[in-house]
Amino acid sequence: MDLKEKLLSSFLVFEDKSDADNYLHEVRNDAIKTFEEKGFPTKKEEAWKYTSLNKVLKEDYSVFPKQENALDYSDIKKYFIHDIDTYKIVFIDGKYSSHLSQTTHEGIDVCLMSSALTKPKYRLIIENYFNKAATKDSLPSLNTAFSNEGAYIHIPKNKVVEKPIQIIHFSTGNESAILLQPRNLIVVEENSHVQIIERHQSLTDNPVLTNSVTEIFTKKRAIVDYYKVQNDNLNASLVDNTFIKQKQESIASVHTFTFGGKLTRNNLNFYQEGERIDSILKGVTIIGNKQHVDHNTLVHHIEPNCESHQDYKGIFGENATGVFNGKIIVEKEAQKTNAFQANNNILISDKATINTKPQLEIFADDVKCSHGCTIGQLDESAMFYMRSRGIPEKEAKALLMYAFSNNVLSSVKIPEIKQRITKIIANKLGVNIGFDL
Amino acid sequence: MLKIDNLHASVEDKSILRGINLEVKAGEVHAIMGPNGSGKSTLASVISGKEEYEVTKGNISFNGENIDELAAEERAHKGVFLSFQYPVEIPGVSVTNFIKTAINETRKAKGLEDMPAKDMLKLIRDKADLLEIDRKFLSRSLNEGFSGGEKKRNEIFQMAMLDPKLAILDETDSGLDIDALRIVANGVNKLKNEDNAVVVITHYQRLLDYIVPDFVHVLYNGRIVKSGGKELAHELEEKGYDWIKEEVDA
Repeated sequence: MDLKEKLLSSFLVFEDKSDADNYLHEVRNDAIKTFEEKGFPTKKEEAWKYTSLNKVLKEDYSVFPKQENALDYSDIKKYFIHDIDTYKIVFIDGKYSSHLSQTTHEGIDVCLMSSALTKPKYRLIIENYFNKAATKDSLPSLNTAFSNEGAYIHIPKNKVVEKPIQIIHFSTGNESAILLQPRNLIVVEENSHVQIIERHQSLTDNPVLTNSVTEIFTKKRAIVDYYKVQNDNLNASLVDNTFIKQKQESIASVHTFTFGGKLTRNNLNFYQEGERIDSILKGVTIIGNKQHVDHNTLVHHIEPNCESHQDYKGIFGENATGVFNGKIIVEKEAQKTNAFQANNNILISDKATINTKPQLEIFADDVKCSHGCTIGQLDESAMFYMRSRGIPEKEAKALLMYAFSNNVLSSVKIPEIKQRITKIIANKLGVNIGFDL
Repeated sequence: MLKIDNLHASVEDKSILRGINLEVKAGEVHAIMGPNGSGKSTLASVISGKEEYEVTKGNISFNGENIDELAAEERAHKGVFLSFQYPVEIPGVSVTNFIKTAINETRKAKGLEDMPAKDMLKLIRDKADLLEIDRKFLSRSLNEGFSGGEKKRNEIFQMAMLDPKLAILDETDSGLDIDALRIVANGVNKLKNEDNAVVVITHYQRLLDYIVPDFVHVLYNGRIVKSGGKELAHELEEKGYDWIKEEVDA
């Protein structure tokens, strides 16, 4: 039985056991139908031209983990940002771990999707927001069909949430292969500000496939800073589907740091539904081995006087392959749009590949849109310059690569995250130098 | 200290150095002059270990040890320093962090611990003052958007920080106005002592008014064709290089 069939039959069991109300029941049933019609995406589709899921889909994933697993905090502490106080929503093999989490209902809701989906007091929010930003593409639909657990964050008006929120998914390897489908809903009301960190971490070499959906709604003048730390091991694959709907004068930024994983696909979609909105998409990708990373972004400028800023840096070694596909749509009404997109890449091996494709669809006539992509190698003259000052080859390379990604890192607002990313980069490059540039 | 013996070097099969002999002892200042394309910068790069250049014959020894086969960083660790004619811009790496990394990597190669942050800071301040460098300058990205004078001053600042045994200054005077030239030369003179040596590579005599050489060599067509004292530099300034070319080509 292939994965699709397995999922379709699992859905019947899942819905049978679920105590969902009619609304949710209907949404899930529609979603499974969509998935059934579309199936998994293939390279025949333009949006998946350079990324094949075939190998990843061959594993015999278990869809519902059989047992609940516990983890000792001391064993996994290193995956948390632990030197500052944070809220934590932690999942182990898809199940919530109250032991490792620190949630709250005091003034703000930092809690679980499973509660939001089932408790009557959240019913209105669910009806207003759940599945209202996600597209009807096959993988988001598959996630919607099985939507059940994840993070639910609701920040009411005029709240600056002082502590960042960490959402961390662990997989223990107790199943020989596991499919995880976390579903997050984040609603940030007027004038509020929240910072969120998301990480997926597999603790063994058993295959993991995560098909995650995050819907974010930023209301008038709200600010959301979202950091995705993707440093999973080489048997873990991730399809991240993030949809952000912004209202006027809101600012949403997503930083995606990708160093690990076998196959990583980031579908990051912004929809600007108001004036004077700013959308910020930044990423650093450093991969090697046979890793594959695909950033697929969409910024949809619908209203006038908005901005978007995209800056993705990629460094590809060994047999790694990278894809950047950045789509910007500027509707006819969206005059005075400023949309910027940059994608710079360095190939450090002859066998590494990058496919980069800007895609601009502009229907307004008074806009500023720019895009640029570069593919290059490490600057030899810079290498000699550094080495002639006593910096060995490996360290000189590392310093250059770090410097290359530095302008993305410098826009990270939480110092502890910047330090952590810096440390991951140093480890990844096999050097022991502190880059406090 | 530096002994170059019948050195031949080429880049992409094009022969550039064709039998250089040069000996530089501790405490000495040597000037290497010559017309454009004579091989001056190549000589500097070959001594420092630039990989594009292949030594086809002869050898370079430094303090009695053959260094032809050493990587650029290993030569740097032994005390060879090259001030670049065109310092490379490295966006994203600050001057301070670059020099810290260079010093600590050099210490690491010698089996020493990292320099304590306090000492490093003091050293940076002292040397920045010596070169009349503004503190703000130190946090800028290395050479990025620097004026010609700032780039050269930054080179000598790094030389001051690394305290090399042999400093090769490749066209350090090019792009410098007279004030910057004075500051740079003054810095070099203050760093000069009995235990180190300086090789000044220049097209013009101007810099040699400030950094006074003990020996002047004329490089032409990949060979040192004439050597003398500092008066040779004046003669070249007056008469140009044509008489040398004629002498050699005859």
